[in-house]
Amino acid sequence: MIKEQGVFGIFSYIDSTVQAIKKLREADFKNLRVFSPFPSHEIEEALERRESIVRFFTLTGATLGALCGLTLTILTSLDWPIRTSAKPIVSLPPFMIFVFELTVLFGSLATLLGLLINSRLRRNAPRVMYDPRFSEDKFGIAVVCKIEDIRKVEEILKLSGADEVQFEGI
Amino acid sequence: MNQESALTYSKVNHDIIRMLDKPTVKWWSLFIFDLAVLAFGLFCFLYQVYTGLGVAGYRHPVFWAVYITNFVFWVGIAHSGTLISAILYLFRARFRMSIYRISEAMTVFAVLTAGLFPIIHLGRPWSFYWLLPYPNQRELWVNFRSPLLWDVFAVGTYLTVSSIFFFVGMIPDIAAIRDRVKEIPRKIIYTILSLGWKGSTWEWGHYTRAYFYFAAFATPLVISVHSVVSWDFAMSNVPGWHSTIFPPYFVAGAIFSGLAMVITLVVPIRKIFHLEEFITIANFEGMAKMIILTSLIVTYAYVVEFFMAWYSGNPYEWGQFMYRAKGDYALFYWIMIFCNSVVPLLLWFKKVRTNIKALFIISLFINIGMWFERFNIIVISLSHDFEPGGWGLYRVSWVELGVTAGSFAWFFMFFLLFIKILPALSISEIKEILPAPTREAKAR
Repeated sequence: MIKEQGVFGIFSYIDSTVQAIKKLREADFKNLRVFSPFPSHEIEEALERRESIVRFFTLTGATLGALCGLTLTILTSLDWPIRTSAKPIVSLPPFMIFVFELTVLFGSLATLLGLLINSRLRRNAPRVMYDPRFSEDKFGIAVVCKIEDIRKVEEILKLSGADEVQFEGI
Repeated sequence: MNQESALTYSKVNHDIIRMLDKPTVKWWSLFIFDLAVLAFGLFCFLYQVYTGLGVAGYRHPVFWAVYITNFVFWVGIAHSGTLISAILYLFRARFRMSIYRISEAMTVFAVLTAGLFPIIHLGRPWSFYWLLPYPNQRELWVNFRSPLLWDVFAVGTYLTVSSIFFFVGMIPDIAAIRDRVKEIPRKIIYTILSLGWKGSTWEWGHYTRAYFYFAAFATPLVISVHSVVSWDFAMSNVPGWHSTIFPPYFVAGAIFSGLAMVITLVVPIRKIFHLEEFITIANFEGMAKMIILTSLIVTYAYVVEFFMAWYSGNPYEWGQFMYRAKGDYALFYWIMIFCNSVVPLLLWFKKVRTNIKALFIISLFINIGMWFERFNIIVISLSHDFEPGGWGLYRVSWVELGVTAGSFAWFFMFFLLFIKILPALSISEIKEILPAPTREAKAR
């Protein structure tokens, strides 16, 4: 089902892509999806993206991991209190190893979850507004716009140096 | 990798994905041979389970021997993978780009191999899950003060985190394969594995952040894991084990042996798949320099161990170290010194460290030397502790050798499958260090 109308430009050069992004944003087209074969700072800067929120997932996971490490070691030791080598039942120095390991484990799992959720990664292959050349050597800009703006967007993309311009429903 | 080379983005895709072409007869023969060795290793293990640990050559007083040596050896091998992928990533060391995927794969497979040995070493391997803290009818909890349990958590976390790091790093490259392959079963598999990756800025933004956090977690983790492994020994008061230098000594040794194993694996892959443009002499030189550094740290530890034994005035410590150098196992001790401290000195010469054949041979020596290092620490210390009445000699049995050979086959089985199924070099990161194509440059 076609929900949105879009124009889709394919570029060979990174500077043309960046130029097109800037011009489109100047013309008030903010709903852009840009594709590249590798992470590019220039494109990210042109898009003025906000910092990824994956970091909050990481922080939450790591904190939860540390708490789990502490509670697991302390509570299970208190549940069956056997004193060994005249050491305290709650021996924090060795327990810190578990706190550390679980911090890293939960933090990493939460980061993975944050990546999967925020990037909306799923199992299916992209069907629309995607060209297999994006994973090879081409850059792409998909502009979501109203039908009446299609001509204008096409013009900006072509003037900025797009190799091809296509129209698709997103 | 040389940025001045004639590599283009298309060529990077083509050359790396070409490695996944139909396996050759040579690959199949190697794989079948590998499976045969693995089957023999499995037979030895089953024989040991059926007959009992006595067939493993364990004799009083040596009840930790080749299996634990293998455990420490493989955990050590795993370390340089994370070093190259995480620590060098944080330091933005560019020479890591073309070799990090192979070393990450090596990490995951080496941890998978290492994790087998504590279980193989158990008298009742089927009860291994007793090490996990879970509510049970015996109403018992595990002993969190025991170094063996620290191992379970450290190695378990390391396996999980390095597997995630390995898989996440591959998602964009798997998408590149998905977009290229045509045959239906492969297309479906890569489509599922690529998680619908499109390479949008949205995805890259979250991906690079997540990757940074994985690297930030993996860096202290890698140091913690081998420190914990060293505490398996250092926490006891056996002469030769009870030492505070063990954690840094083990971590340096792990990185040292892991780097050698990376060279051992990368040299044949580079030659077979003609990857000279991607994996250059500069990559090898970077690794060789790190080998020199870690070799010197390890050598320093060998010297300090002797010094501390003498300086402490502890007769048991001194007796242990004199026994290592002059006793029944002296040959193994000197093999270790020769391979780990003498042979790497050759790398001070630029001619040697830029010669691939020489590097390959030196890496083999280091692999052997590092295996013997672990053997010496474990077996010689146990053979010769406090009471002369309790001293004894250990002889390796054919079962242990069979299981050890099987472990190498297990590791190489994963590796052979890896180079034929997944991208062995990082496509997107290699593109990152190539000059980006600009209209301006084209106009010039």
